[in-house]
Amino acid sequence: MTRFSAWTVFWNGLTGQKGWGRQWRDPEPKSHYDVVIVGGGLHGLATAYYLAKNHGVTNIAVLEKGWLGGGNAGRNTTIVRSNYGRPGNREFYEESLRLWENLSHDLNYNVMFSQRSHIALLHSPGAIDAAARNYNTMRLTGTPDAEIWDLPTLKREVPHLNYSATARFPIMGAAVQKRAGTARHDAVAWGYARGADQLGVDILQQCEVTGVKRTEDTVTELETSRGPITAGKVAFAVAGNTSRLWTMAGLGRLPIESHKLQAFVSEPLKPLLDQVVVFGVGGAHFYISQSDKGGMVFGGDLDWYKSYAQRGNLPMVQDGCEAAMSILPCLGRVKLLRHWSGVVDMSMDGTHFICKTPLSNLYLNAGWNYGGFKASPASGWYFADLIANDRPHERIQSFDLKRFERGIQIDERGAGPDPKLHG
Amino acid sequence: MIRIPCPFCGTRDHSEFTYGGDASITYPALDAPKEEWHDAVFLRDNICGPQLETWHHVHGCRMWLVIERDTMTHEIMSVRPANPKLSALFEDNSEADQ
Repeated sequence: MTRFSAWTVFWNGLTGQKGWGRQWRDPEPKSHYDVVIVGGGLHGLATAYYLAKNHGVTNIAVLEKGWLGGGNAGRNTTIVRSNYGRPGNREFYEESLRLWENLSHDLNYNVMFSQRSHIALLHSPGAIDAAARNYNTMRLTGTPDAEIWDLPTLKREVPHLNYSATARFPIMGAAVQKRAGTARHDAVAWGYARGADQLGVDILQQCEVTGVKRTEDTVTELETSRGPITAGKVAFAVAGNTSRLWTMAGLGRLPIESHKLQAFVSEPLKPLLDQVVVFGVGGAHFYISQSDKGGMVFGGDLDWYKSYAQRGNLPMVQDGCEAAMSILPCLGRVKLLRHWSGVVDMSMDGTHFICKTPLSNLYLNAGWNYGGFKASPASGWYFADLIANDRPHERIQSFDLKRFERGIQIDERGAGPDPKLHG
Repeated sequence: MIRIPCPFCGTRDHSEFTYGGDASITYPALDAPKEEWHDAVFLRDNICGPQLETWHHVHGCRMWLVIERDTMTHEIMSVRPANPKLSALFEDNSEADQ
């Protein structure tokens, strides 16, 4: 496998770009693996990579029913941040951000992580006070880059926003995390796949799990579209379809509903917006950034009803475009290029699960709500740790399925047990 | 856009409605053990396929409806008022029509 370096890029430039081979193998499934990870998205691939790298487990298969990067890995707005408020969450996401900062070097694959700042607009003195409280908490708990900007600073840094004093919600300032930003979603999937493959992991695409055979307390075999596979340990990382797999394993119900979330990209423009800007007031919920190709990438709320369909509805297209117009009126004549929809696990408190299950050799990684992309490095890191050591690391102890029974919810929005509200 | 045949207003765009949630949930008695309450409040079947769900015609007649809808195709199989008495009335009428 070619190791990427400035020299290999230079050399291939001189020799007609003929030196690049396949980045990962396309192996035939073996009949048995020590660990089988179901789901070849970012979380599954990251888990396989860290299992092999940190824990020396290499007889691993990652089963993907479609193709790599074709699920939610390719259906997000690529925002990475760690401005969370609840204990447990904020440390976890900060850990994830630290992994992001070194990810390209670690994987020897340019994931184009761009720490361009995450700017949440504020529209009232009350919102500024609330944000100051949150961001002070972040500074006290290990996230040093949280700042509150006043209006003159914001105008200087992000000149194109609608600063009209007569706007329905005039902008008064912003809460800023400067180390936050975006990454190239495909590159993250490909980088983890390539890294895992180099360490001996079998990545099996077009391999859908169709049945789960088990005894009273273990999973014994997975039936797949490419034949039966037995496994020492099985890990589910199939956000969006977790309940289906859970039912297949005969495990009953989960505190999860599947909803769909849309995102949009415009035609490419010249450089316009250097940061991720978030607009959330008066029922609007909107986030926008500009991709390296120039497209304005933006998204908003869920489609509001439960769905497994990977296609979005038109009222949300209108909602997103209306929000875009109210915050960046200069986009008025820009054409929408594409929109897409991903199916996400919305959990009952808006927080994820990385935990053991009622079956002794089955592990669960699910319930990522809106936030799965940014979490993928830490999710893989700690899920691998959980699978290898069969006990939750102290960092993920609160992310178990039993927290509702204990009366503990990690509810960032304070929205209560209604999955669609945790956006 | 999903088009919902409201029994009171006729067929309308789903953007007139808000989605309530799983209509198959029945809440236990107030003095039921807390495990039963946990299951009713926090656990979901999360069906891929036809499921019963509540919708509120918030920009129309403001009635709560129970709709059977496929969560993969979004096809609507049946719509009835959530209030069982009203729902029974509608069933009587439709039988009389036949």
